Amino acid sequence: MGHTIQIHHVTRIEGHARIDIHLNDEGRVSSTQFHVTQVRGFEKFTEGRPFYEMPAITARICGICPVSHLLASAKACDAIMAVQIPEPARLLRELLHCAQFIQSHALSFFHLSAPDLLLGFDSDPAARNVLGLIEKHPEAARDGIALRRFGQQAIERLAGERIHPAWVVPGGVNRPMSVDVRDQILSELPLAHSILRRTLRMFKSMLDQFPAESEAFGNMPTMHAGLTDLDGRLQIYDGIVRFIEADGRPAGRIARPLEYSRMIGEAALPDSYLKAPYFKPRGYPEGIYRVGPLARLNVAETCGSAEADRELAEYRQRLGRVVNSSFFYHYARLIEALWALERMEELLHLPEILDRHVRAEAGVNALEGVGIIEAPRGVLIHHYRVDERGAITGANLIVATGHNNLAISRSIQQVAERFLENGRISEGALNRVSAVVRAYDPCLSCSTHAFGRPAFRLRLLGAGGTVLDER
Amino acid sequence: MPDRVSIRIDGELLHARLGQTILEAATAQGRFIPSLCHLKGLTPVGACRLCLVEVAGIGRLLPACTTPVQDGMAVTTRSDRLDRYRRMILELLFAERNHVCAVCVSNNHCELQALARRLGVTHVRFPYSFPKAGTDLSHRQFVLDQNRCILCTRCVRVCAEVEGAHVWDVAGRGIGSRLVCELNRAWADSRSCTGCGKCVQSCPTGALAMKGFAAEEMVKRTETITRLVEAKGVRA
Repeated sequence: MGHTIQIHHVTRIEGHARIDIHLNDEGRVSSTQFHVTQVRGFEKFTEGRPFYEMPAITARICGICPVSHLLASAKACDAIMAVQIPEPARLLRELLHCAQFIQSHALSFFHLSAPDLLLGFDSDPAARNVLGLIEKHPEAARDGIALRRFGQQAIERLAGERIHPAWVVPGGVNRPMSVDVRDQILSELPLAHSILRRTLRMFKSMLDQFPAESEAFGNMPTMHAGLTDLDGRLQIYDGIVRFIEADGRPAGRIARPLEYSRMIGEAALPDSYLKAPYFKPRGYPEGIYRVGPLARLNVAETCGSAEADRELAEYRQRLGRVVNSSFFYHYARLIEALWALERMEELLHLPEILDRHVRAEAGVNALEGVGIIEAPRGVLIHHYRVDERGAITGANLIVATGHNNLAISRSIQQVAERFLENGRISEGALNRVSAVVRAYDPCLSCSTHAFGRPAFRLRLLGAGGTVLDER
Repeated sequence: MPDRVSIRIDGELLHARLGQTILEAATAQGRFIPSLCHLKGLTPVGACRLCLVEVAGIGRLLPACTTPVQDGMAVTTRSDRLDRYRRMILELLFAERNHVCAVCVSNNHCELQALARRLGVTHVRFPYSFPKAGTDLSHRQFVLDQNRCILCTRCVRVCAEVEGAHVWDVAGRGIGSRLVCELNRAWADSRSCTGCGKCVQSCPTGALAMKGFAAEEMVKRTETITRLVEAKGVRA
């Protein structure tokens, strides 16, 4: 008789999730389900609010990457005001975003995933966490903390607060950057740079240790989506969303944010509060695509900065032009962090970034606005409708983890098929199921943090639905 | 009749002018009595009840903002009972509407928030009523958010007494009371509003604010209202 394994909850992710693995009578995996078990309601309770409050409200969706929501929301508001924000404000927003990429990628790599990578997927679960990392690999733990601090401090220096700053406003930012802040951030860049170089070297030296994981961690042909500029360079603040096939051929693009719904459809799932976006021209579920670091490096021709481009060339030499194994999200994440650092340096050296004209003012000039950016985890879309007085009449938010929903589910199935033996769950297999979810760095809540005990629950259900095993 | 009286505030002997309220006499001596509906220059109404004080020989509590001083009066402005009542009033204000400080235009510049912090309100013991309170975004420059209104009526008074327009009033009864523009018109349709913004500058919370101001950006200038009144001699 078949049964179901349930992982409840998934640990070391942001938010709460449960995984069900259904087994057939022979003890083989018949299907898997990824449930996101919380509902937030932001799209509903913001109705009636003045549109210009949306950045502050939607930033509260997440405590890890509030800056992403701030920026996507502010861009949607800029569109409602129909203004082109002053160039210094655009540069400052991008600078803030780069700092956030660094802190968020540092958190994902060091705090959440390094315990698996450095201590081993099969290591003692009691110590397989950031504290265990501090004990066994104190240098790596120190690097992780220092790198995240660099990003967070840069955010604080620019925006006044590390979490939920009120600096980004519709029309720009609410105060210019001082010379002191620029110089302070510039002086801290070299340390962050050396950490990233060291970490990339270490990660590359470990790649051969994970043949099974590289092979079976969501290694599947899917489409990829990411933001680039007109020349195909990696972009995170503004650009064109490009979709490519698993072999790299172009599949579609969103050049005007308002037209995103021509390319992206959203399927509601019966057993999860997380919707499953899909590439509309291809339908559901064939329109599966991935977003985030792996997808961005697949979509972009180049990063656009010297050192990151050298790393990108090596990455492609090792893994091919389009990388389809989700295990390499980690690798891509480190290259992106390096790029973000180089981009910060470039931005900080621009003289106009100190300009004092940083805010455009306007009322309601369009009844609809869409803001699209790249959050650290992938494409983030904020879409608002307002009445002529500026009150929100409808909001639609598509977050990165949503885009990856179908891919995460499929990756879970692949890992479960590869690592489950005879219907038994070994601890290492269980952890790999969680780890493949972690590779995507999902932000499910996105404001609660799981720590220590599993935030993932795994259940083994029989063909009749009875719970046979639970961890 | 002498125009100066002697009173005791918290045991200390003070001189005050006849005709002053307890709040005015205490404030003139640098003493703090909490209040929200009071704004120097406007007619006191004793609405918020935060300035309640104990007066020796009188069984009930009296609002300091509307009670005139009398010779020989002994007033207590701080006691366990008063602290308890004041905290409770603030908690009830928070429970009555939808006050979400984190995303409010007046965050860090709000009198309600500052007072709650000063009086040690760390949580609200009463269930929130989560009313569907609504907003009026019709005005070109200003916005009214009923979610943040505490019905202090400073806006009603400043508009009627200082600007002379009397745009604002309170309609309804009890917990259903709402600030209304004229006879419940949209603000943009007001025939008497001059767009002077005195109501916005008087408002102690984010209920009345400048349009387009993002979270934490609205700093009110209540002292401007007081100076204006003093300069115009509207009220002695």
